[in-house]
Amino acid sequence: MTDTTAAPSGFAQDPFAAAFPETREFWEAAAQGRLMLRLCEDCGRTHWYPRAMCPLCGSARVRWTQASGRGTLYAFSPARRAEPQYTLAYVTLEEGPTLMTNIIDAAPEALRLGQPVVVRFQAAPEGRMMPFFAPA
Amino acid sequence: MTIKDRACIVGAYEHPTRLAPDKSVAQLHAECAAGALHDAGLSLSDVDGYFCAGDAPGGSPMYLADYLNLHKLRWYDGTESGGCSYLAHIEHAATAIAMGRCSVALITLAGKPRSSGQATGTAFRPPPVDRPEAIWESAFRWTIGGIYGMMMQRHMHQYGTTLEQLAWVKVAAAEHARHNPHAMLRKPVTIDEVMNSPMVSDPLRRHDCCVISDGGGALVLTRPEIARSLKRPVVKVIGCGQTLNTTTGGYIDLTRTGAERSGPAAFAEAGITPADIDYASIYDNFTIMVINQIEDLGFCAKGEGGRFVADGGLISGVGKLPWNTDGGGLCNNHPMNRGGITKAIEAVRQLRGEAHPAVQVKDCRLALAAGPGLVLGPGHAHATVILERE
Repeated sequence: MTDTTAAPSGFAQDPFAAAFPETREFWEAAAQGRLMLRLCEDCGRTHWYPRAMCPLCGSARVRWTQASGRGTLYAFSPARRAEPQYTLAYVTLEEGPTLMTNIIDAAPEALRLGQPVVVRFQAAPEGRMMPFFAPA
Repeated sequence: MTIKDRACIVGAYEHPTRLAPDKSVAQLHAECAAGALHDAGLSLSDVDGYFCAGDAPGGSPMYLADYLNLHKLRWYDGTESGGCSYLAHIEHAATAIAMGRCSVALITLAGKPRSSGQATGTAFRPPPVDRPEAIWESAFRWTIGGIYGMMMQRHMHQYGTTLEQLAWVKVAAAEHARHNPHAMLRKPVTIDEVMNSPMVSDPLRRHDCCVISDGGGALVLTRPEIARSLKRPVVKVIGCGQTLNTTTGGYIDLTRTGAERSGPAAFAEAGITPADIDYASIYDNFTIMVINQIEDLGFCAKGEGGRFVADGGLISGVGKLPWNTDGGGLCNNHPMNRGGITKAIEAVRQLRGEAHPAVQVKDCRLALAAGPGLVLGPGHAHATVILERE
């Protein structure tokens, strides 16, 4: 059979993933709990969100690289009017870029800017596995 | 080539409604267009340039141009950049007029988020699947309130800005709105009331947020020769700047705005500095955005905005920078969740000497209107316009 049947069903049916076929490797790795970044072979920097060209220098020579999954809390804001409540956040990855996420498994009152966090993949409603973060 | 002194705002109209369940968006646009043209002493048949944004039904100038029967159009522009679209349109219209591409330019905005029950700041609104950042962000259900809450948090963290300083922005808006019979919120508020209002998305509270209103506004621009033949005071466009601010490939700073670029560009074109400004309309979707923009526009150093606005710094007749004397988005009006056009309208009122006497700046000659569009975290637009009374 083809790769399609071998692929995890999580992102195979996901309309966002379908619209961006060039991100397939990210979702395959995410399904296995690995966070991937795009690394530019010309300027040597990683960026977020992953693109087919480096937004920092314009090079098309970008390749996937596995991130440590560790970072620090850049900003957070608990959505008090949502039911159930959740905590919107930005996390700065060890590799440099800052990404939007949610902080899980933590009371917002206990969170502090700059504290260490680690990635915990959870499924988006459409199926693909997304990088959420929890206190390290 | 500069657009300085090449175009004038001759018509400005803010729709008095704040709740319009029985009118279509197209009708509101038409009423705004008629109001601004009447203000200018012109008519629909004079219009040969038309500008509108994403609030226009059908998402293109085509459908409202047809509704209004703008049959002489030589120039049109549907640039959509959220709330600052209409400030960018002023630059586009002035440029078109300076280039001779049109003579009488009409800009309209209208919408009905209030009567449609939209939870503008607190609800996650899923983006279109094909937008390139959506796949990476939609699962995190970001809200406008959440993004601006994080902006407040970062400014407080990096610069020591306090909740009390932020509350002064709302107190100033409420002080001005007392005198505006059309304002949605006319009751004065205290610092304590702001700081104890219901939490929306920490540390952002309800009083940090602008109102949600139906309504709209319109502007008319034309050449100086035509402007001088009309009966209204002549308000010249002397400097403009606009930009799109990206998320910089993931190296973000939530305390910085596109005003860092649009502001200096506008001041350079006008040949003046922030110290020369007599009155400033600065888009106040949230209290934090006023502090950020005051810094980025150059009214004070980065990080000093909290101290700048404290103790009535923005209150007309009291502070160093009379600001949003109509009550702004925080208290007066935020039609279609877009604050750009009302900023320009109050600046025109001030330059004409037609603001409420209690908030009118004496001998107001130079005014600024500036604001962001879309949402600061995921990428935003910013536009600045500087106007001078002739």
